[in-house]
Amino acid sequence: MEMLTLSHIEKRFGEKQVLRDVSFSVPEHTVFGFVGQNGAGKTTAMKLILGLLASDGGEISVNGMKVHYGNSATNQFVGYLPDVPEFYSYMTPTEYLRFCGEINGMPAKEIKVRCEELLCLVGLEKDNRRIKGFSRGMKQRLGIAQALFGRPKLLICDEPTSALDPSGRKELLDILVNAKEQTTVLFSTHILSDVEHICDEIAFLHNGRIVLQGSLEEVRTIKKTAATELELERSEDTQTLSSAFPHLISTGRNTLLLEDAERLPDILYYLADKRLPVLRIERQEASLEELFMEVVGK
Amino acid sequence: MRAFLRKEWMEFCRTGRLLILLLIFTLFGIMNPALAKLTPWLMETLSESLVDTGLVPTAVTIDAMTSWAQFYKNIPVGLIIFILISSGGFTAEYQKGTLIPVVTKGLSRRKIVLAKALVMFATWTALYLLCFGITYGYNAYFWDNGIASDLLLAAVLTWLFGVWVIALLVFFSAIAQSGTQVLLGTGGVVMGGYILSMFPKLSTFLPVKLMDGMSLLQGADNPDHYSASIAVAGLMILLCMVLAVVFFDRKRL
Repeated sequence: MEMLTLSHIEKRFGEKQVLRDVSFSVPEHTVFGFVGQNGAGKTTAMKLILGLLASDGGEISVNGMKVHYGNSATNQFVGYLPDVPEFYSYMTPTEYLRFCGEINGMPAKEIKVRCEELLCLVGLEKDNRRIKGFSRGMKQRLGIAQALFGRPKLLICDEPTSALDPSGRKELLDILVNAKEQTTVLFSTHILSDVEHICDEIAFLHNGRIVLQGSLEEVRTIKKTAATELELERSEDTQTLSSAFPHLISTGRNTLLLEDAERLPDILYYLADKRLPVLRIERQEASLEELFMEVVGK
Repeated sequence: MRAFLRKEWMEFCRTGRLLILLLIFTLFGIMNPALAKLTPWLMETLSESLVDTGLVPTAVTIDAMTSWAQFYKNIPVGLIIFILISSGGFTAEYQKGTLIPVVTKGLSRRKIVLAKALVMFATWTALYLLCFGITYGYNAYFWDNGIASDLLLAAVLTWLFGVWVIALLVFFSAIAQSGTQVLLGTGGVVMGGYILSMFPKLSTFLPVKLMDGMSLLQGADNPDHYSASIAVAGLMILLCMVLAVVFFDRKRL
C-alpha cells in the first residue's frame, strides 16, 4: 500500500513557481530519500504534506486520506522533524516528550516507558536540564525523539543530519533504518552518501521538478558505465600512451581517464607489451554525486 | 487540550510572567487603601508649601470611597501591564516555530486558540480577584464598604472590560505576525473606543463605559444604563473568539 501519494502538485510563492507538477508515491515500510539542492523545494513539499502550506494544484494523500491545509486530520499518522527544530525552552526533554505523548492521547504509563526508551535511543537520557541550553545537534536528537514518539505511520524528516557531527549522523541514520520496520520514512537531504547508505527509493528534485526517480538500483543503472582511471609512474610514458590512444583524457600530471570501458583490454595489452610501469588502474564507482551533478546540469 | 493547557500554565510560571503579574496586582491591591490612608498625612506635610502658593488646605475626609477611587485609577494600569506581558503569547510561537511540532502531531488548532485564551481569561480573573479582594479587605477594616453602592456590579463590569480587551488580543494574535502588531491592533481598538465615547449618544453602547465604575459607586449612574455596553462587549467577545478560531485555522505557522 502507498503510505504517501503526491499527484501533480503545484506551488507558487507570488511570482515564483516553487513546485511544478510534482508526483511521486512512497510505499509502506520504505526509506524514501528526497534529494535536491538548497532551495530546490524540498521543505515546501514537506510542508504541503503536513498541511502547513496550501497547494496551488494537485492532491496529496497520507495513508489513503486527503491532506487539507490548516487542520489536517492526516497529521495523526505523521511524525515530523523540522529542519531547525524549536521546542519550548523552559521544559526539560522528558517534560517535552510527555507533552507530546499527552497530545497523542497516550496513557500515562506508556508515556513514561516511551520517554525513557526514546531518550535512550537518541542519547539524551543524561541531559535532563531545560532545553534552553541545548545545542543544535541536541535539539535535532530531541527532534527525532518527538517525531517518533507517537509511533507514526509516516516519519518526515527535513534534512535530519545537517546539524550533526559524523558520529551523530551515523547514529541518526541507524535510527532511521531501524524505524523502517515500524514506519515509512521520507527524508530530505543534500548529503548523497546518506542516501546511498539508507534509502530504498529516491527522487531528485531540481528547480521544483522531479527530474529522476526510482529505487536506488534503478537510479544507479541510469548512470552510464563507470570510467577507468590510469596513473603511470613516468610522465614520458603517459605521453606515449596518450598519443597511442588519443581518446584518453588527461586528468592530472600522470593520470589519464578512459570513459569507454570496451577499450580497456587494448590499453592493458599495450601497457604489457611496452612494459610501462603503472602506479594504479582504478575503476571509478558510479556515484550519486556525479549523477546528481549531471541531473542539475553542472 | 489538557496537555496544551498544562503547557500554557508551565510557560506562564517558568517564564516569570506569573510572578511579575502577581507582584503588580498585589501591590496595586495594597496601594489603593494605603494611598487613601496616607492622604491626610501627605496633605499635612505639604500644607506649608501649599499655603505659600496661595492654596488653603481644609480638612480632608477619607473613607472607603477614596480607596475605591484609587482602585479604579490603578486597575487600567494593571490591565495594560497584563496585555503587554501577554501580547507575545501567540506571536512568539509563530516566530520560533514551536507550534509546528504540536500541530503536526494532530492537535487541532482550535484547541490551541481556546487553551491560550482560557489561560489568559483565567489568569486575568484570578489577578483581578486578588487585587479587588485585597482592597476590599483593607477598606472593610479601615472604613466601611457600605457607603459604595453597587460595589459588586461595578467590579464585575470592570472585569468584563478586561475580558473584552483580552478577546481583542486573542483575535489580533490570530491574524498578526508579531507582538507589536498585536499591541497596535488591540490598543487601536480600545483607543478608538475612548475617542468614540466622547459622543454622548454613542458612549452608552461602547464597552469603554464599563470602566466607569466610580459613577456606579457614587450612585451618579443607574445600573440599567450599562446594559447596552454589556451586550456590545459580550457580542464582541464572542465574535472575536469565533474569528480568532477561523483565522487561526488558516494561519501559516
